[in-house]
Amino acid sequence: MNDFLYKYRFLLLRRVVQITLLITYFGANAYGWTLIRGNLSSALFFGFIPLSDPFATLQMFFAGAVISMDVLVGVAVVLFMYGVIGGRFFCSWVCPINIITETASWLRRKLRFSDKKKKNPFSRNIRYWVIVISLGLSFFFSFAAFEMVSPIGIAFRGVVFGFGMGWLFLVAIFLFDLFSQSHGWCGHICPLGGFNTLIGRYSIVKVIHDSDKCINAQKCFKVCPEVEILAKVGKESVPISGACVKCGRCIEVCPSDAFEVSIVSMAKG
Amino acid sequence: MNNPNNKKRRDFLEKVMKGVGYSALGVIAWSSYLSQSQSNNFILRPPGALSENDFVSMCLRCGMCVEACPYDVLKLSTISDEISIGTPYFTPREEACRLCPDIPCASHCPTKALDIKSLTIDNKLSIDSARMGLATINIQSCLAYLGLQCTMCIRACPLADTAIVLKTERNERTGMHAFLKPVVDPDYCTGCGMCEHACPTKTASIKILPLHISKGDIGSHYVVGWEKEDEARISESSLEVTLEKTKRNEKSVIDNLNDEDGILKGLYNE
Repeated sequence: MNDFLYKYRFLLLRRVVQITLLITYFGANAYGWTLIRGNLSSALFFGFIPLSDPFATLQMFFAGAVISMDVLVGVAVVLFMYGVIGGRFFCSWVCPINIITETASWLRRKLRFSDKKKKNPFSRNIRYWVIVISLGLSFFFSFAAFEMVSPIGIAFRGVVFGFGMGWLFLVAIFLFDLFSQSHGWCGHICPLGGFNTLIGRYSIVKVIHDSDKCINAQKCFKVCPEVEILAKVGKESVPISGACVKCGRCIEVCPSDAFEVSIVSMAKG
Repeated sequence: MNNPNNKKRRDFLEKVMKGVGYSALGVIAWSSYLSQSQSNNFILRPPGALSENDFVSMCLRCGMCVEACPYDVLKLSTISDEISIGTPYFTPREEACRLCPDIPCASHCPTKALDIKSLTIDNKLSIDSARMGLATINIQSCLAYLGLQCTMCIRACPLADTAIVLKTERNERTGMHAFLKPVVDPDYCTGCGMCEHACPTKTASIKILPLHISKGDIGSHYVVGWEKEDEARISESSLEVTLEKTKRNEKSVIDNLNDEDGILKGLYNE
């Protein structure tokens, strides 16, 4: 049992964080808890720490909305956090869609879909185009365009306020990730992932690879949702940068402990 | 033909075209959903809401107003509601706004989508100044207009005798009864929907309509002559009034009235 807990320590901890957050938000609505109020793009912690998603705010800015001071302070708090620990930690530690897409990719591995290489895989850069289109459509329609279709919002509001027909959309993402493209939504399309990658570029908390310890087991390559970032693994001792979601799966699966979480100095990162 | 540069150029062009094509596909699909998702304009928003377009762009979809609502009146729209997704609305027939004096929904709004300032008079919150919609009566199915004694709506109305008043009228059919007809005063109706919620007919005969649907606008080309201030509205007029020349308006009005060949032609000779 302890082995199991240790082997999946990051995964379990992430699930605990994700589900606790959902329960806390649910409780805020259903039972009036005051720990967190709001949603995943704008929240109030303990009744006074504002948090606002920079991407959602940028869309609102493009939509021509007047951004209030509360929201700006919230954006500043989030930018600081993402700047330190990396923007995409949101993706694997907070976002409820992560639970759906990781289940899909787990099933994909179990069913050995990943063994066959796809001839024309989706480009990882689609997400950056989706950012551009989001902002363009926000400007054109005068409201935050991605927030209108965001499965994150749909899942979150679904849990807290009721799904409506929204759950179908989540099933669609699960099927897409399972059958069409591994890590299809989170790793290729989601503009929030792309945006958080950009913000967290120079974060100082990173997973660091030690190539002296590496025995080329290749296990990290199987589990990593952004496998391109492991290009130098086994060759050089480097901090894992770029689109890393800080999920810690590589640390868990590595038989020779060649990965660890650490603070990288700005110069090195 | 087998020049390697040619192949490179081909690949490049193909990539560009695919990129443009897929982006166009995405934009088309996405914007058609976006415009369809706004198609329902029959929505009642919480008190203090900005005009629909501004509201939709300012609303963060955080649901804090829904959480703050002590009576669970407010709901957040889901993907199938055809209302801009994740925004608050209420359906009076199910649950009507209780007009809380502390206005928790609007005061919890982190943006100004629900503008608490618009509900503040002399630094005091005034929920009675909310204008969520306007109660509108269908006199064909309203029991009171049929001659029955009902008064359900006025009893439910938090601003009874101002927002809804009862007009008494003789019932000619029986010759001995009175109609007690409810009449809504748009100067006071907040659109809370308590009347619609209380209406005993199968489908409510008094309904809250969103203001942009129910409200008329007199325009600046009509002036209420017996009120001095109302004439000021003429100067607001942006409409250029142009007269089309016809046979009847060739002459001045006075000439037209006095002239034997004018508008009264034929009347003089009788």
